[in-house]
Amino acid sequence: MTSPKRVGKIEFGLLSPKEIRKMSVRKIIWADTYDDDGFPYPQGLMDLGLGVIDPGLRCKTCDQKASDCPGHFGHIELAKPVIHVGYTRLIRKLLRVTCRSCSRLLLSPSEVEKILGPEDEGSDEIISEKDIKKERVCPHCGEQQLKINFEKPTTFSEIWTDENGRKIDHKLTPADIRARLERIPDEDLRLLGINPDVARPEWTILTVLPVPPVTMRPSIILENGQRSEDDLTHKLVDIIRINQRFKENQDAGAPQLIIEDLWELLQYHVTTYLDNEVAGCPPARHRSGRPLKTLSQRLKGKDGRFRGSLSGKRVNFSSRTVISPDPNLSIGEVGVPLAIANEMSVPVRVTPFNIEEIRGMVQKGPGRKSLNEQCGANYAIRPDNRRIRLSDLNLELVAEQIEPGWTIDRQLRNGDIVLFNRQPSLHRMSIMAHRIVLMEGKTFRLNPAVCPPYNADFDGDEMNLHVPQTEEARAEAYILASVQENILSPRFGGPIIGGIHDHISGIFLLTHELRWFTKPEMLSLLRFTRLSHLPPAERADDDGRPCWSNKQVFSMILPDGLNMVFRASSCTNCETCRREMCERDAYVRIVDGRLESGTIDKKSIGAFDGAILQRIIRQYGLARGLQFIDDVTRLSIRAIMLDGFSFGIDDEDLTRTEYGQIDEVLQNASLDVERRIKIYIDGQLEPMPGRTLDETLEMQIMQVLGKARDRTGEIAGRHLGLSNSAVVMAVSGARGSMLNLTQMAGCLGQQSVRGERIVRGYDERTLPHFKKGDRGAEAHGFIKNSYKSGLNPTEFFFHAIGGREGLVDTAVRTSQSGYLQRRMINALQDLKVAYDGTVRTTGGRIIQFKYGEDNTDPSRSSFGDPVDVKGIVENILKEEV
Amino acid sequence: MSTSFDVLDHVMVPDHQIMSEEEVATLLSSYTITHDQLPKIYHDDPAVKSIGAKIGDVIRIIRNSQTAGKAESYRLVVKRPKK
Repeated sequence: MTSPKRVGKIEFGLLSPKEIRKMSVRKIIWADTYDDDGFPYPQGLMDLGLGVIDPGLRCKTCDQKASDCPGHFGHIELAKPVIHVGYTRLIRKLLRVTCRSCSRLLLSPSEVEKILGPEDEGSDEIISEKDIKKERVCPHCGEQQLKINFEKPTTFSEIWTDENGRKIDHKLTPADIRARLERIPDEDLRLLGINPDVARPEWTILTVLPVPPVTMRPSIILENGQRSEDDLTHKLVDIIRINQRFKENQDAGAPQLIIEDLWELLQYHVTTYLDNEVAGCPPARHRSGRPLKTLSQRLKGKDGRFRGSLSGKRVNFSSRTVISPDPNLSIGEVGVPLAIANEMSVPVRVTPFNIEEIRGMVQKGPGRKSLNEQCGANYAIRPDNRRIRLSDLNLELVAEQIEPGWTIDRQLRNGDIVLFNRQPSLHRMSIMAHRIVLMEGKTFRLNPAVCPPYNADFDGDEMNLHVPQTEEARAEAYILASVQENILSPRFGGPIIGGIHDHISGIFLLTHELRWFTKPEMLSLLRFTRLSHLPPAERADDDGRPCWSNKQVFSMILPDGLNMVFRASSCTNCETCRREMCERDAYVRIVDGRLESGTIDKKSIGAFDGAILQRIIRQYGLARGLQFIDDVTRLSIRAIMLDGFSFGIDDEDLTRTEYGQIDEVLQNASLDVERRIKIYIDGQLEPMPGRTLDETLEMQIMQVLGKARDRTGEIAGRHLGLSNSAVVMAVSGARGSMLNLTQMAGCLGQQSVRGERIVRGYDERTLPHFKKGDRGAEAHGFIKNSYKSGLNPTEFFFHAIGGREGLVDTAVRTSQSGYLQRRMINALQDLKVAYDGTVRTTGGRIIQFKYGEDNTDPSRSSFGDPVDVKGIVENILKEEV
Repeated sequence: MSTSFDVLDHVMVPDHQIMSEEEVATLLSSYTITHDQLPKIYHDDPAVKSIGAKIGDVIRIIRNSQTAGKAESYRLVVKRPKK
């Protein structure tokens, strides 16, 4: 191997005409590419000396074949100099800071010293355009300076006012500019921060144009045998044509007007050749009307060379398909369709120990038909690295031939480690290592409990799967990226994988208050745990059959020796906690792995909360945590199926009394609003501090209506108890809140735009249905109806206004936060925490003296705190502290 | 009307101190770094001007930290480059 070399320095400069001619192998003079026989013209744009792209031909410069020849530059001698668009700002600056007659810097040596400090100090400062006053007199030759005007894209002119007070605009030709730049002395350039050895300013005005090798602008042959040239070639053809015409006219002594026109045309073509998206310049177009992709467009943007080709690469051994849920998989597994597993492979080296097994795989070949069959092989690689594609024709032959030293590409089988990913990959949990399980069907299957880290759902999401190809890669994937390593979030140290939706509803229904199960129910609930013995029954029912409590069922999946005390999501933070006697059964107490009291819900096992889950991981490790998630999700799914769980339109029904109460509340609120409006109109309203009268009134109305909405929610909530599925979901934290229920059964409430009542629309009113100046509740977006009772037309319209604002907000937020994140990642990607706890750049520069100022790894912390003192004490005392 | 006040008195400005040469030497050796690997602060920063630190001085900043209560950090005073 070659030893690594250190880059000493990188020098940036401009290509001088001399260098361009020196590196050129051909002067290009013909605009045509190929002759009638399809052979390139000598000194044409496809000259064989510029490199070859057709297989079989040899390069005239290096005598290599198309695959080896890197290509060589040619050049075009321009009839007159033209400006390089990329340097127009530099040219403008130089024209403004130098004298129009002697080209010296417009500062006397003493002024230079004043700006840069004494010469012997050798400061790094440079003179900027701002240091020189406009239109002054040259301190060297006494010439009065003129204002230099720059017009995009490439026009420079001098402006002055003559004796009659008329403005005179004199255009500078590129040749004039070049002459001025040529005369700027080297010392003056150094003061401006330009190194004249590598970047003389006149080189920004092109007199000779390099012609890139054919290899970077290959022509493609279409299906009908026609040649199609690259955009760059098209542009070069234009340049040569105009250049040629320009020369002919010049030699024939054409009038100045025609010369100027041609000069401008040549400037246009060279400009668009370099950058086809310059402001103030119509883009050059293809015959079809599509703008040409020229040099600058090749580099810029998302699909450009940097972001598209260099930072973004495509890979082999990857696959992508739709995802769908399978709650029976472990969270560490992923279901892979057979079709994909047959296509993707892992290389296995043949050794004396596995040769028989591998021979079997080779005999099977690429055609594995069912899940239970042994995996086959797609390729065999001989020791000399020749690849043999296995097909039904050569299976037996290759199976005979293989011996230690060969490698075969084996198909995927159960238990292989793969990396699973969903875009956008916003955090490290977006790529995790799973073990595969072969499955029927055409989708990737995953346990719904791993949806939160991927932010996946099953409305058509697709995910990618990558197969690591070496032992090292597999080990690394498993140790660093497997699902169990990622249960705890590096953001706050809590679990981000845990029960979701039905898992929480199910476990809530199972553990809420006391229930008793018979042996068949017990066995059906705990079937997945592979128990050998049921625990002793806590009591017998009336017929003398043994009965187990629901808390006992849940305790079966808890590790022994777990002690915890906390309050569930359903806790309402009563003033005096009644602990075990809590009427909501929200006081969770676990002693020695036995659930003594309380209901298990989102707070205990939910993704992002998961108190029990976090404690298990801290006390028993990640593997036990993973098993607990698997157990709890399976148990809860079985529990929810015991009673069934559904929601229908009649679950939103209330009784006549409640509807009456709701009507009354809304009516009172309306009256209250009207009363306040009257006070306002009468001028009796006292403004709140710092508010105008109007604002005060608006706030009061919002408050009254908000309260009314909440009251209807309370009325509805009183009727709907835990027998209602929506209430179960809201109380347990599985999905939705009481507010959603209020809106379904009670009243939808005030619709808002930017936190205020809806005011826009017509003159002094939101809709023609209302009187002008109406400040009432209905006229500004208060919806009395519920989703159940149905919205009237004006209410529906207000609801659409409020809903649209939400949509726009999310659309704007995602794009903005995405760009913010991109910038953050670019700025922070190379920082690392050194062994001494400092955060440093690759150059060893210190960013933080202590990581996070407290040297704590958040993923090892307990919701941000370095040590979970309360948890540890409670674990020992088995009591709440 | 001239209202002048010391920025250091403001509640949101943390404590800035100029470090002695020995302190700087121990700091650099304890992190095995050179001067230019320290974080920087401009010489015309109001707090720097207020404590009278010169270019090349190292200042200690003790600020309240959400995570650690009090956190120390050190900055090298440098000249602000001309824009």
